[in-house]
Amino acid sequence: MSRTSDIPVLTVRDLTIALPSGADRDFAVTDIDLTIAPGQTLCLVGESGSGKSVVAQAVMGMLAPVLRVQSGEIALQGVSNPPQRSPEYNKLRGPQVAMVFQDAISSLNPIQRVGHQLEEILQVHGVPRQQCRGRVMEMLAAVMLPDPQRAYRSYPHEMSGGQAQRIVIAGALLLNPSLLIADEPTTALDVTTQAEILELIEKLKVQFNTSVLFITHDFGVVADIADQVVVMKDGQIVEAGSAPDVLQNPQHEYTKRLLAASDLQGNRPVQLHAEPIFEARDLSLTYTRGMFFNRTQVPAVRNVSLSLVKGQTLAVVGESGSGKSSLSKCLLRLQDVDSGQVLFKGQDITRRSGAELQAFRAKVQVVLQDPFGALDPRFKTIDAIAEGLIIHGVPKVEAHARALEMLQLVGLKPQAADRYPQEFSGGQRQRICIARALVLQPEVLIADEAVSALDVSIQVQVLELFADLQKRLGFSMVFITHDLHVAAAISDQVLVMQHGRVVEQGPTVEVFANPAEDYTRALLESAPGQKRGRVA
Amino acid sequence: MIGFIFSKVARAVITLLVTVTLVFIFIRFSGDPAAALAPPDAPQEVIDQYRRALGLDQPFWVQYTGYLNRLAHGDFGYSIHSGRPSLQIFLDRLPATLRLGGIALVISLVAGLGLGAVAALNRGRPVDRAVMGFSVFAFAMPNFLFGLVVILTGSLMFQVYLGGQGASGSIFGVVAPALTLGLASMGSYARFTRSSLLETINKPFMLAAEARGIPYKRRLLRHALPNAAIPLVTLVGLSLGSLIAGSVVTEQVFAWPGVGQLLVRSVATRDIATVQFLVLAIAATMVIANLIVDLLYLVIDPRIRAR
Repeated sequence: MSRTSDIPVLTVRDLTIALPSGADRDFAVTDIDLTIAPGQTLCLVGESGSGKSVVAQAVMGMLAPVLRVQSGEIALQGVSNPPQRSPEYNKLRGPQVAMVFQDAISSLNPIQRVGHQLEEILQVHGVPRQQCRGRVMEMLAAVMLPDPQRAYRSYPHEMSGGQAQRIVIAGALLLNPSLLIADEPTTALDVTTQAEILELIEKLKVQFNTSVLFITHDFGVVADIADQVVVMKDGQIVEAGSAPDVLQNPQHEYTKRLLAASDLQGNRPVQLHAEPIFEARDLSLTYTRGMFFNRTQVPAVRNVSLSLVKGQTLAVVGESGSGKSSLSKCLLRLQDVDSGQVLFKGQDITRRSGAELQAFRAKVQVVLQDPFGALDPRFKTIDAIAEGLIIHGVPKVEAHARALEMLQLVGLKPQAADRYPQEFSGGQRQRICIARALVLQPEVLIADEAVSALDVSIQVQVLELFADLQKRLGFSMVFITHDLHVAAAISDQVLVMQHGRVVEQGPTVEVFANPAEDYTRALLESAPGQKRGRVA
Repeated sequence: MIGFIFSKVARAVITLLVTVTLVFIFIRFSGDPAAALAPPDAPQEVIDQYRRALGLDQPFWVQYTGYLNRLAHGDFGYSIHSGRPSLQIFLDRLPATLRLGGIALVISLVAGLGLGAVAALNRGRPVDRAVMGFSVFAFAMPNFLFGLVVILTGSLMFQVYLGGQGASGSIFGVVAPALTLGLASMGSYARFTRSSLLETINKPFMLAAEARGIPYKRRLLRHALPNAAIPLVTLVGLSLGSLIAGSVVTEQVFAWPGVGQLLVRSVATRDIATVQFLVLAIAATMVIANLIVDLLYLVIDPRIRAR
């Protein structure tokens, strides 16, 4: 297969795909034009619902039957593709175009050894059986898995997210396709792993002379790997151009907003006066797992001390497994600690129970990550918000009045009061959760990955809401997040955690500008968008 | 993994012990067998004589430990009526029941899996609705009624007599009671296969397999079905219970000379030792079947092996 020619690897012309009648818009995507030259990376940027994944499915010939191609053409290597889902498409998938998905572990068959799954790809494309194993082993080495033999024998559940993503990439490149489609392949990974996977894709792209269609919502990632950028919103392309152009000089309002969300500098001035309202001293927590034979001790939080200043926000950052969420459970007194103290306004509340604990509960509230799971589907909005007040002894009529007031404060219309959670979008639900937490007039709000499940531009709106409400109502906040951009946007102080320990803490502006510890530096450097210098 | 096996085996042993104890207690409290055995107008001395002969005059605790002791030595008691060992009576009847139950299991599994898969692949179409309708009929239909309908249909319309010893020869003679016995399980297997397969088909790895260029048929047979079948194994283990319970009725209806029929007769004649042994044997079958299911998981699901 010659790849030296100037024929574009992928051409999409005037692609319009109709949604079934009754959907919230008529077309999934309208008039999409894309061209990827050999060896190039095109980043398709947009939020969920923007239609970017529909474009990828169409290129793969895997459009759901309810979606109909209205007009337009898709060509690989200058040759028009067969109809969607036709059996001939199977011959293109693998040798011509391959795809990797967001969640690598679940994109592998859970009950088959990884090596066999990779061999199967070769077999169904007619590679002689005796060559399969060798080619797979070569590929496993190429994706730089530390122990290819072992990886070959592993089952998907035995691997980390990063290892599984390497396996899936190996599978995608086995037949040396001219185009690799990567649909948010690093979104589910930690920053450091994300950086490794991005680097790997860059390396393999050159090694295998493959073009890449990379789908992402993160402009940090775009800055690191893109040659071309296409920004999509509501099924249409709003901006397209070369990566430097779009990053330096974004034209469309929407592009500017997405870019702003990938900013990585603290934006709150350092304040010197400090009156701690909420403190933790030497907190330690160890979980015991297993029974009888395989009892193991898993230390989750080790000697963590922190201090939250009145009216300020403390961001707790770290990778998954660093103990962030265990820490938040200790602070909320949802988990009894092994040792150490939690102090609220100078009083030790670590061992309190009954009415005293109940009084503390009203003063410290929480907003969780998943706005879908956090609301009882059978509670109307107004009842969900008022429930806490009623529990804490406010008469029902007054509770409802205050709940209604709070609903408007978080930017929802009064009509929302009588609706059920499933009628709202993720962002709106998170607003309801925030209202539910703040209606009790807490002095401390703990937000545990409260914006992580949301799309970037919604994320920005919710972060703005947090900041605005904090200014108006004067509560202090502990903001737990794995996303450094979020921490930079919202916090005064930052605390970096690794393996349950505090690695570094201090004012956000200073820590982000001059990290003192290697781990913090590594974390900051692996955040997407740092490699080619600052974005915008 | 060794911990997993050990805990499953330990659990099975405990379940069996509890069963033995409960069976013993229930039978002792359900009436005086000596009074039932003796002629209705027998004087008290005769009844007392019966009691002594059967060891029923001993304290409860002594009877219980004696019973356990005999069990441990492989002595499962003797039929009050014929004096033959209960074990022997049971073994005489076992082949007929195994034949019936085995064929019923095979029929229900093959038909259930097949129907469920067909329904899942034609989701929402008339075929799907027909299969689901049939499955409701299958597990709602009482087997004594269905059995009678089969016998009547056979004898009135085709002049084939399906009950009794005549069943021993012809293939159809086994199929009719086996179908009756397996019908309910077939319905639930079909329903379960359908939902499990639909769930599996929509898993991300199925989409990923399509993106790797694996043809439809292979995706279905190599990836979807094995994954969908895993939870079905548990269902099969559990439904063995209804198969055994069903065999009591089905054997009665078709006059099938198996263990179920023996159980009904022994209860009717208050043959304590035989009833006790049969209940124990049925319980043991259930416990062992479910132990096998648990251990089968180790073979078919690598995620459990890891624990």
